[in-house]
Amino acid sequence: MMRLDIRAPIGWLFTLIGALLAGYGLLTGAPSTGTAAGLNINAWWGAVLAVFGIAMLLSTRRRPMAAGKGLT
Amino acid sequence: MNHVLKLSVVDYSIIGIYCLYVLGIGLVLRRSIRTSSDFFLSGRSIPAWVAGLAFMSANLGAQEVIGMAASGAKYGMATSHFYWVGAIPAMVFLGIFMMPFYYGSRARSVPEYLRLRFDEKTRAFNAISFTCMTVMSSGISMYAMGLLMNLLLGWNFSLSMWFCAGVVLLYIVLGGLTSAIYNEVLQFFLIVFGFIPLVLLGLHDIGGWSGLQAGLARVATSQGYAPGVWSESWRFMGSTSSNPMGVEWFGMVMGLGFVLSFGYWCTDFLIVQRAMAAESMSAARRTPLIATLPKMLFPFLVIVPGMIAIALTQRAGAGGLSLPSKPDGSLNFDLVIPLMLGHYFPNGLLGLGLTALIASFMSGMAGNLTAFNTVWTNDIYQPYIRSGASDAHYLWMGRIITVVGVVLSLLAAYLVAQFNNIMDVLQLVFAFINAPLFATFLLGMFWKRANGHGAFAGLVAGTLAAAVHHGLTLPAHAVAGIKGGWLGLVHVYPSEMAQNFWTAIFAWSAGFIVTIVVSLASGAPQKDLAGLVYSQTPRLREANEPWYRRPVVLGVLALAAVTVLNIIFW
Repeated sequence: MMRLDIRAPIGWLFTLIGALLAGYGLLTGAPSTGTAAGLNINAWWGAVLAVFGIAMLLSTRRRPMAAGKGLT
Repeated sequence: MNHVLKLSVVDYSIIGIYCLYVLGIGLVLRRSIRTSSDFFLSGRSIPAWVAGLAFMSANLGAQEVIGMAASGAKYGMATSHFYWVGAIPAMVFLGIFMMPFYYGSRARSVPEYLRLRFDEKTRAFNAISFTCMTVMSSGISMYAMGLLMNLLLGWNFSLSMWFCAGVVLLYIVLGGLTSAIYNEVLQFFLIVFGFIPLVLLGLHDIGGWSGLQAGLARVATSQGYAPGVWSESWRFMGSTSSNPMGVEWFGMVMGLGFVLSFGYWCTDFLIVQRAMAAESMSAARRTPLIATLPKMLFPFLVIVPGMIAIALTQRAGAGGLSLPSKPDGSLNFDLVIPLMLGHYFPNGLLGLGLTALIASFMSGMAGNLTAFNTVWTNDIYQPYIRSGASDAHYLWMGRIITVVGVVLSLLAAYLVAQFNNIMDVLQLVFAFINAPLFATFLLGMFWKRANGHGAFAGLVAGTLAAAVHHGLTLPAHAVAGIKGGWLGLVHVYPSEMAQNFWTAIFAWSAGFIVTIVVSLASGAPQKDLAGLVYSQTPRLREANEPWYRRPVVLGVLALAAVTVLNIIFW
């Protein structure tokens, strides 16, 4: 009954949020105060999220999720 | 409250994307829900790794995240006992020894297993107390969320509650347990990716692990403890006075490690339901074992931020942190996580962190609701109200009762908001009912002579023993009443936690002994116990599985890894 491979929605969500975060970071630049001063943490972490999301999406192509096997 | 976080458009966008997204998942899954089994048990089709992550996140509600960080600030590294002594051994036991009976009996719920193994009254007792409990917990979780959003962001208390309740209601009614499980897996990754930067920034700021240790040593000495109390987990467990938890190792290992953890992880349907939805017996057994890996690493994500926060309170100036006080003057540790998010995260990342928190509130509610609608429909409605109806009728009932459950939770939330004591009293009563449960299951699964009368009497006796023990004891510096001592005073414990652990030990022992005595005094069970009791069930053969799919191998690996963690942070 499982029609939706969960890796797809996880992949899309993280790609989307990652792109948004990275884009925002690139637009606004690194924060000038606080612990993360000088480090554009939004851009970097957004990139990490997007890479994770894309990896999830790619994995759905390589290995489709096995169908249920029932009681063993 | 002057700690209000300032959100910008980007933060709201991330929160908005997430909310739309979970509704979308519900809409897509709606098409695959055809039978009541699809709705309540995901058609038993969930792969082991998905079930494993959902198993671990079902417990990872916002109260857990916020509460564990609060304990990290309050007690330090010793909070890891809840994971490395409590959760992991119990999860391994569930996967290796108990899942074969839950999954193999084809029971759709924990109460249904009790009916198959024992009798109707044992099941009814468990089903009714469980449904009341889940509705109340979901109400408490909504209340906590409304309160937090109001405090942090200035959102309207009722509006934030109704909004989240509405989102959760929609996706559960549409997609049932599958929706809940998918969102739990999403939430798991959100928490991981939302909190890793918090821990990294925090550790970088405070000078790494050694900087954290130095900061924590100042916290410990300022409260009159030895310097290492906050950064070491076992060394100061020798006596109740040498650690801020006020517990010693025996009460901790027996009360928390044995009774409370095994009772929760092995018998709470909210958790076990995720493994029951797995696609095969092998996947069901691997579900809790796969969950042990993220579970044993989570202290670094949820406890360490609390420890960093308390160390930062010793630092003066703008880089320091001050925890707000509660009305009674004690520090409000529950705000540790939101304050840390505000302290370290710029806008953008802040939206991600808040989304992770909101997601854990929502999936906490969803977990309670899916367990509630399943137990109501299968263990109360079907046997006692309307039996023999069509499957479509029970599927319809499952959706209707989900709506009812949300309405009841909202009412519970307002009740709790009005009378704060109600929450304390109810949580106490639930703790009494839960405490002896593991004795019932242990005897039920491993002693074929245990019968229904024994199980029922054991549950009642254990609950009473918990109540009487609580009524006769008090934590230090507490007044008689909700904290205990309402029957008289026999013993004073050094802390509330010590009292809780010993209440559980007494309840479990009473349940265990009474079940044995009453079972022996009444007849042997008059039914076929194959698939329900260890000695009556053929051993599962798994020799043809590769090693990484064998439950015993995975279990041994998990226990070895957790032993190493305990030694490193001794």
